Amino acid sequence: MRPPSTDVDETRTMTLEAFADTIVPGEKRSPDDRAIAGATTGGGAVQAGALDLLGWDATGLTEGLDGFVTALTGHATAYALEHGLDLDPAVPPFVSLTFEHRTALVRRLTTPGHPEKELWVSLALFCNMAFDSAAHMSTADAIAQGHPGLLAMGIEKPDADGRWRFPNFSYGRPLARLHPDTTPTGSPS
Amino acid sequence: MTSTERTDVLVVGSGFGGAIAAYHLAAGGARVVVLERGPWLTGQDFDHDFKLGSSYTRAFDFTVGDGMSILGGNCVGGGSVVYFAAMPRAPRFVFERHGSIGRRMWPAAVNRDTLDPWYDRVAESIPITQQSWDDVTYAGGLWAAACDHAGRTANPVPAAIDRSKCTNCNWMMAGCHFDAKQSLLLNYLPAAVAHGAEIRPLHEVQQISRTDDGGYRVHYDVMDDEDYRLRGESGTIDAKIVILAAGAGATPVILQRSEATLGAMPHAVGRYFSGNGERLNTAIINEDKAREVLGLERENGLAYAANQIGKGPVVANWDRLDGSLPEFERFSLEQLYFPPGLGTILAEVPGATGPSWFGVDKKEILKRWQSWLIIFQMIEDNNEGVFGPPPAKGNADRLSQQMLGVGRLKYDPTPQTLRAWAMADAEVKDILERDGIAEVAAWTNDVVGAYTVHPLSSCRIGDDPATSALDDRNELRGHPGIFVTDGSAVPGALTVNPAMTISALAERAIPGIVAAARERGVEVTYGAPAPDGSTSGRRGVAPLIPSLSRR
Repeated sequence: MRPPSTDVDETRTMTLEAFADTIVPGEKRSPDDRAIAGATTGGGAVQAGALDLLGWDATGLTEGLDGFVTALTGHATAYALEHGLDLDPAVPPFVSLTFEHRTALVRRLTTPGHPEKELWVSLALFCNMAFDSAAHMSTADAIAQGHPGLLAMGIEKPDADGRWRFPNFSYGRPLARLHPDTTPTGSPS
Repeated sequence: MTSTERTDVLVVGSGFGGAIAAYHLAAGGARVVVLERGPWLTGQDFDHDFKLGSSYTRAFDFTVGDGMSILGGNCVGGGSVVYFAAMPRAPRFVFERHGSIGRRMWPAAVNRDTLDPWYDRVAESIPITQQSWDDVTYAGGLWAAACDHAGRTANPVPAAIDRSKCTNCNWMMAGCHFDAKQSLLLNYLPAAVAHGAEIRPLHEVQQISRTDDGGYRVHYDVMDDEDYRLRGESGTIDAKIVILAAGAGATPVILQRSEATLGAMPHAVGRYFSGNGERLNTAIINEDKAREVLGLERENGLAYAANQIGKGPVVANWDRLDGSLPEFERFSLEQLYFPPGLGTILAEVPGATGPSWFGVDKKEILKRWQSWLIIFQMIEDNNEGVFGPPPAKGNADRLSQQMLGVGRLKYDPTPQTLRAWAMADAEVKDILERDGIAEVAAWTNDVVGAYTVHPLSSCRIGDDPATSALDDRNELRGHPGIFVTDGSAVPGALTVNPAMTISALAERAIPGIVAAARERGVEVTYGAPAPDGSTSGRRGVAPLIPSLSRR
């Protein structure tokens, strides 16, 4: 039997991973992966480092993560009851929901007018940032290490000094007529 | 040491409104102190990095409100450091707008003709280039070609960018490492410092009180330079003149908090906020159609796939900037690069029937990010924003170490604003979905409300005391010696990027501020040349000075 604290950590990790995976879904890390629902191919927010980012107190969310997990567990339990769903006691309630139900519940929690909307939006925001900007890592390092989000989006590699430069950037020819009421300095008249 | 310092002029904020005032007052001989709540970063400091704590998150601020969120600068140079350098003048009809107040909202003294000499002063001080088609990036080129294909026109946008230094890295919003963007760090601010102005970064002004001699006492907290949730010592500085230029999301908050010590504020302080009517659309370009329909091709056989390449907005569609159209039906559509991070989460999936800012389909469009083209709408909104009671400190309850806070702005768009957005959405669709060039969806307002990068009007100028906080010379009604020169003073949405107009209004306010300072015993004169010593702009405004120097 494992110590209770490990169970708590596991519940917390799995629940947050399942939430992050709902925001930017990824493929399962192994066939028995329960937190990641496996709704898409390629890495999602979890593989992109969402829990690393959420665990960094620079986000301002870290101290509140236990509260998020508790609340999400409660919402998932109520949602399952409301929809007549059987929850698997082997995993946390939110993890037990199918991807479609996870999505429906997150939609509900983030809909304008929901009393907790701002909280869930802030959690979603950082889950998304883990994927689309790797905000917990140096961007150049993230690209060099094959960060799944930045690579999926096709972010180019920087030059050797860590700076981006694009010497080719323009079609280099007129592509439209100018508005007739334009001043000589280029403003609307 | 707790004694209060003294200066002639205290400027709150170092963006366009603050820097311009600081320069002219210092050059005219006044002792000037500028308090800026953000850090003082320069070219070498500006990282190409999305990591929290890099210059990207140190230099700007995202404040979430109820129905409207504001993205603004938080550093020496303010918005000029994080903006995209577009510097168009506002079209003539803008100054005739009525908005919701049933009368012209701009002061009688201000219209395009009377503001043009002040625009000229700005153009002489901040190098602005009318970009050519050779400067236009692939994204701007595609937008222009699509407009042309739809029978519209399209214009390269005048911009404060030194083309010889620009690498088209598209990190402009994190501050320009190459000093290509002509932010205030390169003109007004160094000139102000050369004339003795003292700029103090990481000083956040909390409130203002009166002194016994008819001046003002400004109360500030010193901020931690890495974690803006942490505050150090507090202090005060007495000044004969106070110029508020903390940005339209913070200036009214400082005044609201000062009401207990200064007395009642004009009704319009913290009201009539405008998000400049801004809204973003994402078009996902069909690369084959871009080649076949628009005839576009770039290196390596690509048609577009260039979302990361460039330098912010370079091409705008101004066909709907037609003064003969009714108010709320005029808008501009500008191609824009918006970096990942706080932006992409708001993009929705074209054709989706329900919320689609997260989930499976959203991830699929993220994979096509290189083929995104973002169109920035600037419509005529209805000044719907109102600030609630201020937070205990600052302009927001800061959530993250940097960047993210929760403010008190409430914005509930009226039917006119919603209709204008819908018209602009339809126009973007008509242009870009034609012949299958792209699929388009607007960014959602359901996550953080509407989203503005150009907050305006929360403390606006006007002739009617009931609907304007400032008189037509930017002085706060009922509080002589306090002036507001930032975007707060602009009465309403401009249908174009506002930096040029904010700056021109700040330039226009200076003669009145100089006159007020002189009345208070400050030996200061008006008439400094442009920061580089040029004088033609000064000659251009000379006939206007007497009327602005009189009360």
